[in-house]
Amino acid sequence: MIFEDEPVPGYPLPILPGHTSPGRLERILRAGQFAVTAELAPPDSADPEEVFQRAKIFDGYVDAINATDGSGANCHMSSVAVCALLTRLGYALVMQISCRDKNRIAIQGDILGAAAMGVCNILCLSGDGVQAGDHPQALPVFDLDCMSLLSTARTLRDEHRFLSGRKLTYSPRVFLGAASNPFGKPLEWRADRLAKKIAAGAQFVQTQYCYDVPMLKTFMQRVEDLGLLDKIFILIGVGPLRSAKTAEWMRTHVPGLHIPDTIVKRLAGAQDQAREGRNLCVELIQQIHEVKGVAGVHLMAYRQEESVPDIIDRSGVLQGRIPWHPGRDPQRSPQRVAAS
Amino acid sequence: MYAVRLWSVRHARGLNAFYRGFENVLATLHPLFKRLGYGRLERPVAAVEHTVKGFLFDCKMCGQCVLSSTGMSCPMNCPKQLRNGPCGGVRDNGHCEVRPEMKCVWHQAVTGSARIAGGREALSQVQPAVDRRLQGRSSWLRVTRERAGEPA
Repeated sequence: MIFEDEPVPGYPLPILPGHTSPGRLERILRAGQFAVTAELAPPDSADPEEVFQRAKIFDGYVDAINATDGSGANCHMSSVAVCALLTRLGYALVMQISCRDKNRIAIQGDILGAAAMGVCNILCLSGDGVQAGDHPQALPVFDLDCMSLLSTARTLRDEHRFLSGRKLTYSPRVFLGAASNPFGKPLEWRADRLAKKIAAGAQFVQTQYCYDVPMLKTFMQRVEDLGLLDKIFILIGVGPLRSAKTAEWMRTHVPGLHIPDTIVKRLAGAQDQAREGRNLCVELIQQIHEVKGVAGVHLMAYRQEESVPDIIDRSGVLQGRIPWHPGRDPQRSPQRVAAS
Repeated sequence: MYAVRLWSVRHARGLNAFYRGFENVLATLHPLFKRLGYGRLERPVAAVEHTVKGFLFDCKMCGQCVLSSTGMSCPMNCPKQLRNGPCGGVRDNGHCEVRPEMKCVWHQAVTGSARIAGGREALSQVQPAVDRRLQGRSSWLRVTRERAGEPA
């Protein structure tokens, strides 16, 4: 899919009626295409080249790249900086904002700055507790929570003002996202929580890892019963498991993560467990693709990012579509436009 | 106290009813409060409120009480101070991801609100960001003033 109305390929598009952002991800989703996003692990480094290399892995396979914000409460390059580097090249970013490290003054400033750089998607998260990461001595801020963060971003965008009431001269045109965990306790309230996020301003969600499709279907049925399917784009989180041991470790150490026994057994019984993990991921994506109401998948291939292109390729969910990436359209490249 | 806090959620229906009645009583006392001066009452009332709600709910005196919308489970006991529902990290046994020995206050809130008529709807209301200036101040006096139509 090539958008013919791009002023400069890769750069923000004109905003269509009914859209809130000039972003490619919103375009793809509203056009009814199955979207693919992936999480970029920010480097423990001040070298921009490391960010570019990590993004390049996904070229041609993802519609947007998530820049994580101190995920797992571990310190890495900031999501703002990763977005600054990658928007320069035209990449579509989902900038994650966690409430753990910044108060409402810092966060509102970041949202304005992000939109100014060309970030079109913001993912509003509460964030992991500091005890989960490598700086448990740190002060947990949590001035806002994910819900008030969503409504703050919506206030900036739709009411053209800060929370204080002070006016903006130009509001951030962003597509607002949130997280959802269909597999977390209390299960019976997870769809209601999604409804609440929609009420607070969420337009898309990216979920926790899904390894249990029947459980996902139960959640999606509840979402449908609540009449939410046409109010939100739901991207399901997926990722390859490296081994049965990894799976076992993850499900005991990552609260809220659900991996059924059958998955662990299947990995344990395989000759090449990493390969089986990737096969499993492909199958999951194909099954998730068939679930009613699902708008896309979100790949979190932690430390296995290089496997993402092959997994997406084999799943066939892009159906031949090549998402934009630097250099995709040589005849329409920014340089050529600038020269002509 | 943790054990009392869990008891309060188990008795959310009764406590909520009592609380509503108590609010009505406070509202009738507005003229008296006004004569005595809300400013002068702030410290002693806040101290009483802290003692009572501290015992029943482990109240953190955020100054903008939402107990009746959260099944009588105080959200300020959440290590992330979430005001709008459980995070994605609730453990399988319903305990907190940050403090594994503690039951998730939001898991408790969902249970507690099921015991209150209209509790589920109240739980679905999006709560605004906390006004940190109100920390340590009396919610009771604030609500009484607001109900009397005066700016708190």
